[in-house]
Amino acid sequence: MTVQDYQAEPAYNFAYLDEQTKRMIRRAILKGLAVPGYQVPFASREMPMPYGWGTGGVQVSAAVLTPDDRFKVIDQGADDTTHAVSIRSFFERTAGVETTTKTALASVIQTRHRIPEAALTEDQILVYQVPIPEPLRFLEPRESETRKMHSLEEYGLMHVKLYEDISRHGHIATSYAYPVRVEGRYVMDPSPIPKFDNPKLDDCPAIQLFGAGREQRIYALPPYTKSVSLDFEDHPFDPSKAAHPCGLCGAEDSYLDEVILDDKGGRLFVCSDTDYCEERQAQGHRGKDAA
Amino acid sequence: MSDHPLLSVTGVTKRYGAHIGCADVSFDLYPGEVLGIVGESGSGKSTLLNCLAGHLAPDAGQVVFDTRGHGPRDTITMSEPERRMLGRTDWAFVHQHARDGLRMGVSAGGNVGERLMAVGARHYGDIRGKAADWLDRVEIDTDRIDDRPSTFSGGMQQRLQIARNLVTGPRLVFMDEPTGGLDVSVQARILDLLRGLVRDMGLSAIIVTHDLAVVRLLADRLMVMKSGHVVESGLTDQVLDDPQHGYTQLLVSSVLQV
Repeated sequence: MTVQDYQAEPAYNFAYLDEQTKRMIRRAILKGLAVPGYQVPFASREMPMPYGWGTGGVQVSAAVLTPDDRFKVIDQGADDTTHAVSIRSFFERTAGVETTTKTALASVIQTRHRIPEAALTEDQILVYQVPIPEPLRFLEPRESETRKMHSLEEYGLMHVKLYEDISRHGHIATSYAYPVRVEGRYVMDPSPIPKFDNPKLDDCPAIQLFGAGREQRIYALPPYTKSVSLDFEDHPFDPSKAAHPCGLCGAEDSYLDEVILDDKGGRLFVCSDTDYCEERQAQGHRGKDAA
Repeated sequence: MSDHPLLSVTGVTKRYGAHIGCADVSFDLYPGEVLGIVGESGSGKSTLLNCLAGHLAPDAGQVVFDTRGHGPRDTITMSEPERRMLGRTDWAFVHQHARDGLRMGVSAGGNVGERLMAVGARHYGDIRGKAADWLDRVEIDTDRIDDRPSTFSGGMQQRLQIARNLVTGPRLVFMDEPTGGLDVSVQARILDLLRGLVRDMGLSAIIVTHDLAVVRLLADRLMVMKSGHVVESGLTDQVLDDPQHGYTQLLVSSVLQV
C-alpha cells in the first residue's frame, strides 16, 4: 500500500497518529532541542503495543517521519529481532515509508539500547526508546524533588551512585544507562545503551531524540552537542567492551554480544550491530568462528 | 565569642490557619553558642526549628544568618538555590529519626560522602578517606564503611547521621530531638559525642528537645516555649534552677528523680 491509498481512506492518517498529536509531540521535540538534556513532558498516547515495547520511540518517530524518509529499527543492535521487525512493519503499514536495515541508507533510525557502529551524518535522526528518563529516579523517589534538583543543578547524588559502585565492586560497575552531563548543564540518562556507546553521544552530527512513552517525557540532543560521561578524578570513565574480536567478521572495534553455544563452555562473541557485521563480512572480513 | 551574632531571629511567626505554630519569636545566637529550646508537645518547638532551617516558610519575621561570603543575609528572602546551598554547607540538620536524615539504601561511606559530592568533591579516594575519618570520630568501626545503615543499631544510625551532617564543617547545627527514641545509655553516649564535637569544632547549635537533661548537658542558653510563645529564656542553669514562669516551674518539677 502506498501513502496515497491511506489518504484515500479518511479514517486513517499518515504514520498512525493524528496531526494534532504529532504537532504536540513536535512542539515537545523542539523544546527538547532548544534545552538539550531537559525532560519535556508530553501527552503520551495509547499506542497499539504495550508499554516497554517502545511506545515513546514510536510516537517520536511518527512525529518526525515524512513520506520521503527511509526508516530503520534497531533492537539491541539487531535488525532481525521480533521487536525491530514489528516496529518496521508497523511504519511500513501505517506510513508507507521505505524501510532499510542499512545504517548509511536510513534517514530516521529508531533504536532500542544501541547506537549504530557506523558514524551517523547530519542527514539522520536517531530516535531512542527510553524506559526510565529520570537519571536520579532510583536515588530520589520523589518526582517533585528530582525536578527541583534538575532546576537547581544539584547533581551530587548522581556521584553517590557511582561512589557506591566503586565501594562495592572496586570500579564503576554501571555498564548501561550511564549518566551524562549535557553541555555542562542537565544530567541525562542516555537510555539503556551500553556505556561503550556513550562517547558516540558526544558531538554527534545527527539529531538525537529520546522518547519515554509510559513516563511521558521527551528529551533531545541537537547535532554537535557536548555530552560528558560522569566519573571521578581517580576513577575515570571507561567505555569498556568484551576483550575479543567479533567471531564472524573479526571486528576489534565494535560492541559484542556473547552467545552461549553449548553446555560445555562454548561461546561466541559477535557484533551486536548486525548491519555492521554483515557489511564487513560482505567486504571479505572473516572472524575465527565464521563458517 | 564574636560580637556579631551568627543567627539573628526577629519576630518569627508561623500560623497553621487559625492555629498558631509559633508567634513572635526573637533571639540572637552567637558563634560557639548552644541554644536549647524546650517545651511540651505541640508548643511550637519543631515549627520554629523548621522555620529557622528553611524547611518551612514563616508568615512573618526575619532570620538573618552571618554568611561566610556575603555577611548577614535574611535567609527567608534569599533565593531557594542559595538557601539550599546553605543547607549543604554552613548548616546541618539532625533529625529525630535517623531514617529521615539518612539514605537507607546507600552505604555508610556514601551517606557521609554525599554532602562532599554535593559541594563538588570528585576524587573518590579523598571522599572515602574523609568518610572513614568521620566514622571514626563518631565511634563507628571503619570496617563498616560499606554497610548500609539499615544494618546499624538505632544509636549507630544517629551517630552516622551526625557524621553525615558535620563532614562539610558547618557552622550552625539544627537538632530536632537528637536523642529521642534512644535508650538512656545510648543517649548518654550521643550527648557525650555531641558535646565533644560542639566544643572541638566551635559549632553553634540549636537543640529542640523535651528532655531537660539534654539541655542541662549541652545548652548554654535556654528558651522555654508554651503554646507557640516563648515564656522564659536565659542561661540554662539559671532557668532550670530558678524557674520564674509558672509553666517552667511545672516543667522542672515534673522531671522524675530516680
